[in-house]
Amino acid sequence: MDRRTIFRGWLLPVILVLPQLAVTLVFFWWPAGQAIWSSAIRADPFGINTEFVGLENFRDLFADPLYMDSIVRTVFFCTAVAALSIGVAMLLAVAADREIRFRSAYRVLLIWPYAIAPTVAAVLWILLLHPQIGVVGRWFNRIGFNWDYKLNGYQAMTVIVLASAWNQISYNFIFLLAGLQSISRSVVEAARMDGAKGFFRFRTVTLPLLMPTVFFLLVANLTYAAFDTFATIWALTGGGPGKATEIMVIKVYRDGIMNQDIGSSSAQSVVLMAGVIFLTALQFRFLGRKSGAT
Amino acid sequence: MKRRTMLAGAAALAVSPVIAPGARAQAGKTKLVLWHAMTGVNNDEMERIARDFNAAQSAAELQVIYKGTYPDTLTAAIAAWRAGQAPHLVQVFEVGTGTMLGAGRAVKQVWELVKETGAKIDPAAYLPAVRGYYSLTDGRMASMPLNSSTPVMWYNLDAFETAGLDPTKPPQTWQEFVVDVRALKEKWASKSQDLMASTSSWITWAQLECYGAIHNVPYATKADGFGGLDTELKINAPAFVKQAQRLLDMAKEGTFKYTGRDNAPDPIFRAGNAAIGFGSSADRGNIARDAKFRWAAAVLPYDPELIKTPNNTIIGGASLWTMTTPTRTPAEYKAVASLLEFIGQPAQDAMYHQHTGYVPVTLAGYELSKQQGYYEKNPGADIAIKSLTRGTVTENSKGLRLGRLPEIRNIIYEEFEKALQGQQNAKQCMDTCVARGNVVLRAFEKATKA
Repeated sequence: MDRRTIFRGWLLPVILVLPQLAVTLVFFWWPAGQAIWSSAIRADPFGINTEFVGLENFRDLFADPLYMDSIVRTVFFCTAVAALSIGVAMLLAVAADREIRFRSAYRVLLIWPYAIAPTVAAVLWILLLHPQIGVVGRWFNRIGFNWDYKLNGYQAMTVIVLASAWNQISYNFIFLLAGLQSISRSVVEAARMDGAKGFFRFRTVTLPLLMPTVFFLLVANLTYAAFDTFATIWALTGGGPGKATEIMVIKVYRDGIMNQDIGSSSAQSVVLMAGVIFLTALQFRFLGRKSGAT
Repeated sequence: MKRRTMLAGAAALAVSPVIAPGARAQAGKTKLVLWHAMTGVNNDEMERIARDFNAAQSAAELQVIYKGTYPDTLTAAIAAWRAGQAPHLVQVFEVGTGTMLGAGRAVKQVWELVKETGAKIDPAAYLPAVRGYYSLTDGRMASMPLNSSTPVMWYNLDAFETAGLDPTKPPQTWQEFVVDVRALKEKWASKSQDLMASTSSWITWAQLECYGAIHNVPYATKADGFGGLDTELKINAPAFVKQAQRLLDMAKEGTFKYTGRDNAPDPIFRAGNAAIGFGSSADRGNIARDAKFRWAAAVLPYDPELIKTPNNTIIGGASLWTMTTPTRTPAEYKAVASLLEFIGQPAQDAMYHQHTGYVPVTLAGYELSKQQGYYEKNPGADIAIKSLTRGTVTENSKGLRLGRLPEIRNIIYEEFEKALQGQQNAKQCMDTCVARGNVVLRAFEKATKA
């Protein structure tokens, strides 16, 4: 059964693989190695005086209650963003999956936000929600709702969750719509003939069949929320007020770039890297098994 | 195919030097590169300096390159130095001074440059409050002052009139201030939800750092950090707690509104939404452009219960640092020195001052602007200089020499925001600032001494 073609020679395969390896090496292994190395060092910003301190940077980090707060805040933020953006995208996708008029125009409009740069999106949200200049923000204050996300940490968190989730909805929408369309009509029609209606049919038939897509999106959204939201948050709140919106990437940037504390910043990057490796492993394990079974 | 293009691009990036090809000088000229963080009008002014310098002499060719925000520029310069590609000069914001002084052989301080090249740069020509910030304790200059400003109190003359206050008599003391903002709130700000009696940009710089200087109260031990790395914050002293309490009380009363960190509140005064807005004197150009009301500036208020004769305020802005590379030649340093001499000329300094809104950094530049009648045509443009030259410069008003000062400022913002939300009182707020700030100072001390 096993019919493999074995090519002779090793030069061609090596040449063919080399670019890929080089890219991985230059853009992944090298910087990652640098980060791990810097995390074990204490140095002045210029690197003139360096001292190997082993795990001291990590010890300092985990002894710092502010860092633990930051981890908890990040987990909450990522969960909220993923839940909100997948939830809303699901509603939109289910609605768009039906036969409706102007369906394609509707879909294109839904995909638009994905093309907006995070910083621009942040500015749009500021123009909406800013307590002094934002349309909605000013309205909140006029009707007597005390809205000031520059001072109220909970409101600030709400703002960054909204802005980050909104930016990701289009992406989720595309995948969910594709997932919905790949579900065989006959299965859905069979369920319908058996009398399964509306939400019940969605929960018992559509959703289980959509699960691989949802799971993939969950991991993608968590990673997105943990990393790619930086520009949005930085422009909206800069991590404030207090530390109310300082999630882990913001802290990495603040400590490394603003405060020039390369050691601690690198240690934090390594912690984040561990998080991503964990998420990716999870994804490979579950999705890998699913596709392996069929 | 895409991947190969990317690789080729990466290779090209790696090979090409950091300095842009545009910097290629004409034969025989020494090429000088300066990295800066100036935008808008101030960026045009950097280009103007390069044009004038290149026209004024033939030995060197200066190119100025915008590198992003102040922190971005500093980070880029540090990375470039590590790669042996540092620019000749880099503009570093005042709070980065501590970091740059710890940079050892990465920089060549002005006094070293003068010694090596025989350049004529006289520290005494510079305003004491400016010079002090960028000098060592013994008076030797470390970096070259470029753009300096100081916090002032911008106020809306129309609002003052509406509130029945005399527009020619802005509050001089904090006691008067507290009373005046009440009138402003009742008779002016109450007209619309958008209006507020007062707000402040740069809470850290304007309301605490300068507050210490004005009242001759130490901000940190060891002469505000000038005396050694083992300095500790003193901002939980009664004078600072009193000031924090005053701001918190006014916020509660609705006569002061916190509207963000650093210069984020600037647009609020410009839009006419605040009767009084503390901010940098360098915002003058923007206010002149945007304001649709009559405005003026005044020096920061003081508290007569703490001091009878208030002192100068502290500068902000940035200075130029000379950087080294392993291959830099004496001719290049000579060219750097000639550029520093050039921008210190009274005519250049006065021009820079009048074009940008920053203060003249030399006494001669100030005199020249006076002679040219600049302050008659632009009343109030000299408030910043008056503020900087008020009283005598003491060790508490020279400036701050604290490592990682941006981080400490950030801590203060965070804690003050918590206090404004009612999570802690003024004393607790300042105590926490000191405790958290000292951790940062110790980390800086360890890293620099290591």
